[in-house]
Parts: sequence; structure tokens; C-alpha cells
Amino acid sequence: MSDLFAARSQMAVSLAFHIIFAEIGIAMPVMMVLAEWRWRRTGDPVWLDLAKRWAKGTAILFAVGAVSGTVLSFELGLLWPGFMGFAGAIIGLPFSLEGFAFFTEAIFLGVYLYGWKRVSGRAHLAAGVVVAVSGALSAVFVVMVNAWMNTPNGYQLGPDGRLAAIDPLVGMRSAAAFPEALHMLLAAYAATGLAVAGIHAVLLLRGGSHPFHVRALGIALAVGAPAAVLQPVAGDISARMVAHRQPVKLAALEGQWETERHAPLRIGGWPDASREETRWALQIPGGLSFLAFHDPAAEVKGLKAVPRRDRPPVAVVHLAFQAMVALGTAMALVSLWAGWAWWRRGDLAGERWLLRALAVLTPFGFLATEAGWTVTEVGRQPWVVQGLLRTADAVTPMPGLIVPMLFFTLLYIGLGAIVVLLIASLVRETEGA
Amino acid sequence: MTGFIASLGLPEIVGGVMMLALNAYVLMGGADFGGGVWDLLASGPRRDAQRALIAESIAPIWEANHVWLVIVVVMLFTAFPSVFALLGTVLHIPLTLMLVGIVLRGSAFVFRSYGSRAQLAQRRWGRVFAAASLITPVLLGIIVGAIASGAVGRVQPLLASPSSGTSFQSVFVAPWLGFFPLAVGVLALALFAFLAAVYLTLATSDDALREDFRRRALGAAVAAFIGAAGALLVAHVHAPAVGRGLVESPLAIALQGATAIAALTAIAALYTRHWQLARVAAAAQVSLVLWGWVLVQYPFIVPPVATLRDAAAPDVTLELLLIALAVGAVVLIPSLIYLFRNFGAAESERR
Repeated sequence: MSDLFAARSQMAVSLAFHIIFAEIGIAMPVMMVLAEWRWRRTGDPVWLDLAKRWAKGTAILFAVGAVSGTVLSFELGLLWPGFMGFAGAIIGLPFSLEGFAFFTEAIFLGVYLYGWKRVSGRAHLAAGVVVAVSGALSAVFVVMVNAWMNTPNGYQLGPDGRLAAIDPLVGMRSAAAFPEALHMLLAAYAATGLAVAGIHAVLLLRGGSHPFHVRALGIALAVGAPAAVLQPVAGDISARMVAHRQPVKLAALEGQWETERHAPLRIGGWPDASREETRWALQIPGGLSFLAFHDPAAEVKGLKAVPRRDRPPVAVVHLAFQAMVALGTAMALVSLWAGWAWWRRGDLAGERWLLRALAVLTPFGFLATEAGWTVTEVGRQPWVVQGLLRTADAVTPMPGLIVPMLFFTLLYIGLGAIVVLLIASLVRETEGA
Repeated sequence: MTGFIASLGLPEIVGGVMMLALNAYVLMGGADFGGGVWDLLASGPRRDAQRALIAESIAPIWEANHVWLVIVVVMLFTAFPSVFALLGTVLHIPLTLMLVGIVLRGSAFVFRSYGSRAQLAQRRWGRVFAAASLITPVLLGIIVGAIASGAVGRVQPLLASPSSGTSFQSVFVAPWLGFFPLAVGVLALALFAFLAAVYLTLATSDDALREDFRRRALGAAVAAFIGAAGALLVAHVHAPAVGRGLVESPLAIALQGATAIAALTAIAALYTRHWQLARVAAAAQVSLVLWGWVLVQYPFIVPPVATLRDAAAPDVTLELLLIALAVGAVVLIPSLIYLFRNFGAAESERR
């Protein structure tokens, strides 16, 4: 394994691990706060029990998210010093703002988790709201950095190939910033909301404590289902941005080799990089042109338009994209079903088939998130900053990178397993409740 | 003095604020690591009570305290990106080990707090928490020592144009695996343990428990003194620039004097059981040690190759960063005061 590939793998493992905890850290506080708010409005202790149990899980997940996020901020320098030296001055600002948002989140999470008896009811609820808002803001700021890597702006290229006349404020508002931030936030709410809904659906199917799980399911769906339904719209906005600004990435995620008008939409299929064609795909004529440019006759650039050294690994990107779309579509459809059932009958606990569908959906949002990050990160290769800096030129000269890569992989597998066991034991506790 | 103030530009101001954030991390996050050390060394009839007090004092605040380190890192890579790149490259190994310590400390702490109440699981996570709390400060000290000694700076030319004499050992190991960085690592550990013990005297209303931590604080004060003297001696042999810098200028001598006065005040206050005074003096002592390091290498950020000014990002970045810091401070400082008023040591004292 080359050092470059080891560095990319370590970064991928670190991001893949952290992003789950980050999403939960964005969405769980919203659910906790809603449960607590219902308790303060109704005085019904079941809501309080729910808020406290969710808070306990959030405490574990947030801590692991905080430390794995710290690892990432260091890894930017440990693995990609060339990138930080090149772009640190322009992308540092949103990172710093993220630092502040994260700080606020950590402070008020401390107040929330340990302040049930120490601060007033209103202050406690407000602390939860601050955690939820600053969690969302952290995500927006971090995604702004990633957006800049996809669609860099706010600079002039100096004669030495380095960035000159930079404007970090313009850099924060790059073309990808809004679509990516929207897509990421909705992903966090949809993935976490539906995962929690799935867990409580399983407990309801097993005949667990009725009012507790019914209410938990209600709040989880109130957060997750609207996000899952809106996500395809956000995905469309993202895809059209990619079509305009990163045509090679679009070609990779669609397995489009030829530059053509009336480009077909491919469902499934295997892009073969050596033969430069995508085989065994179900093709919908003009579908890609229509989706990417809202015009079935629009020209879509193909991978063959750029030399091989400028193409990302097509098969990975195409399959990840297909997986993301499939998982997201299932989530949106089941969310619509849940909304319809709720509107028709107002009670979901008796809808056995819906509960079964939600149970199956439990991991879908996180899997879709991983697939989506694969699309945006691998789809940008071979660049770390699109068109400006190659990943190979950004990697550290340190040899033997396979060692830290394997070490962090094992560490994260271990931590992930422990977290799953702990959360599972928290869930089991509710069955006796 | 006036010449010094006139020399201050944006890079120096941003560097100063970054050091203030590091100072805050050392006083708050450092003490949390020190708490882990006392968890490891808990002993006597009140062993379990000691551990419970440490866990209770750390639980609501450690994550907020930890974020100071994240602030230092993001400020470093925003304002001095080339320095971040250099440190990430040359200090890859100790930084990675420090990260492992940070991950294990934080995870083990929450796993112990929220996980199984079973004795075995509690003890196991307690061990991981304590061991990670022990190694992380040493690594932080090693990193600071390696930068201060000039060893990191001296390999920079080798990275730019590797010569035949360049080996893995000379670039990625030798700069930090030396007597001086190790001495600073030990000093950092002693200082963090000292801070934690002093803070813990204020976190309990149980007199016996308080006396436990008083004895530990006095012991740590002696360890810190030995550590400081040792680091100074080692510096004269292995990091002569640091050794000279610490006693060269009247300002440096004044700073050393102030550090000594703070240290003696802290010990005297502990001895006479003036807990509040001990806390202030201990915090002052540790902060002065940090600023002593800053003064020794000023105006260099990585001696002897990069001054703050050489390494700084363009002015526009520094200006925006300072504005962001000012706005952030307006939100954060009242929030932190609120957190500490509700959960800090003073609160438990009132109860």
C-alpha cells in the first residue's frame, strides 16, 4: 500500500467514523429538547423519562464525536501538510467559526446534562436549544470548508502557483456551500431521526412499554421524516451544482463516458475504466440531461473529455452514488407512508407493517451518509482542491503511514463496538421501564 | 519595553491570543488530565471517595475545557498555516500519540460514567482513563519542548531539500525524542497534577478528603520544582538557546522571579490552608511557566527558522480571525462563566 493511499484511507476512516457521531450530535439535541418541552407543557413524566434517556445516549455519542473531531483537525496537518500550507489561510476562518460553535455546544451540553437540578427549567430548556442550534452551525461551517475544496473561489492564482489576494469571506460562500450545507443538515436529521424511530419501532413490535415508545417514535419521526422527504430536493440542488461546477465528478457519479446531448440516466451498472464504458445499466434516455440541467437535450460532459490522470475512480463513485440514491429514496417513501398513516389515523403504534418498514430503515440514513461522503470525496479525486492542488502533492513526506492508518482503524473499530454495546444496553433498559 | 510594544503587529497579536487560548487549555484542560493522574494514584482509606470527587468535578466541564485545544489548533492553521504544516510533519509521531491519549481519555471517561455499573467494567475504564491522562500531558510537553529547543525548526531545510544524510530517524524522531523535550514533558505532567490537586481541595466540603488533596498538591509542588530545575539543567546542555533565553534579559529574569514567587505563595497558602489563594497562585505559577516559554522564543514561532511575522497568513485572514475571536468571546466568555458558576469548584463549596 502506498503512503498516499494509506493517508487517504486513514482520512476516510476518520471521517466515516466521525460523521456518524457528528450527525447524531446535530439531531439528538433537537429531539431531547422537544421531549423536555412536551414534559414542561404537559407535566407528563413519560416525556421527562424520554428526554433523560435520550440525553444519556447523547452524552456518550457526543463525547466520542468531540474526540474524533479533534483527531480530524490534527490529521489535516499530520496527513495533508501540503494542503494546509496551501489553503490554511483561506479555509481557516470557517474552521475557526466552527471551533466557536463547537465550544458553545460543549458548554451548554454540560449545562444540559448536569443541570437538571441546578438551573431553572427555562434555562435548562434554553441550554438544550443552544446545543441544537450550535450543533447545526458547526456542521454548516465545516461543510463550507469542504465546499471550498469542491468549488474554490475568493483568490487569485499567483505566478508561483500559490494562492494570492485571498478573501476568506468570499471563500466561505463558494458555489457548493449552500447545496452541501443543506444536504448535510437534512442528512443529519433524516438519518438520526429515522434511526431512532427504527429502534423504537422494534421495541413497539416486541410489545415494549407502550406510551414511552409511541411518544419516542412520534418525536423521532417529526424530526426525521420531513428531512427525509425534503432530501431528494436538496440532492437535486447539489447535483445541478455539481453538473455546472464539477462536470468530471458528475460524469463519474453517473458513469457517463461520452460527451453527448440527451445523456441517459443509468440505474445500476458497472463502469469499466479500462474499456471506458458502463455496462449492464438500465438506461432512461435523456434522463441525466434532464436531471442535471432540467433540459433533456442538454449536453453532458463525459469522462473521456479529460485525460485519465484527471479522472476519479469511477466505479466506486458510481456505486456509492447509486447506493445513496436508493437508500434515500426508500427513506423518503417510508416517511411519506408514515405521514399518510399519521394523517389518516393519528396513531402509528398499530401499523405493524409501517413499524416493520421503519425497523428495516434503521441504519439506512447512516449508510446513505457514508455513501454520500464517498461520492463527494472520491468524486473530487485526484484533486484535494478541485483543479488547484492534487492530493498526491498535499500528502505528508512521512513514510510508513500504513502504521497509523491501521492503528486508527483498529481503535475506531474498537470504540465503535463499545459504543454500540453501551447504546444497546441503554435501549434494553427501556424495555423494563 | 516601548520598542517591544512598537514591534507588535497583527501576527504578534494573533500569536498572543493563541497563547492565551493555550493558557486557558493548560489551566482547565490540563487540570482535567491532572485529575486523571490522581485517579491513578488514588490510595488510602478514602480511595473511592477521591475517585468519585475527581469524576464529579470533571464530568460537566471536561468537554468545554477540551475545546480550548481545538481553538489553539484552528487558530494555528488559520493564522500560521506553514507552521501547522511543519509541526504536523516533523512531530507526526508524538502528535499522533497525543491524539490517541485524547481519544482514550475522553471515551474511557464517558464509558465509565454512563456504562455498566459493574465493578469490573468500572475499574477497566478507570484504568484507561487514568493511563491516558498520564501520557497525554507528557506528550504535550514533549511537543512544546521540541519546538522550543529549535530541533523542529532545524530539520525544516532537510524537508525542503533532502540530502544524503537525511534519515527517517533524523527528521521524524530525533527532534522530539531527546532529553530536553522529555524533561518538559515531565514538568508538564507535574504542573497539571499540581493544578488538579489544588483545584480539588476546593471541590469538596469533606475535610479529610480535602487534606488528602492538600498533601497531594504539596507533593506535586515539590515534583514540579524538581521538574523545573531538571528542565533548566538539561536545557543548558541540550537546548542552550532556551537555557540562555531564560536568564538573558531583565524581562526574562523578572518573569522567572514572578514564577518563583507564585510557586512559593501557592505552597505557603496550601500549607496554611488558604485554599482560594492557593488556587490563584497555582494558576499564576503555571501560566507564568507558559509565558516564560513564549518569551524565550519570541519573536520566533518555530525557532530558529520562522518568526511570527514570517509565518503569518495574509493580513486579511488575521483581521477576520481577530474579528471572529472578538465576536466569539462575546458569546463564549459569559457562557463559560455561567458553566463554571453552576458547576465549578466554588459552587460545591457553597453547598
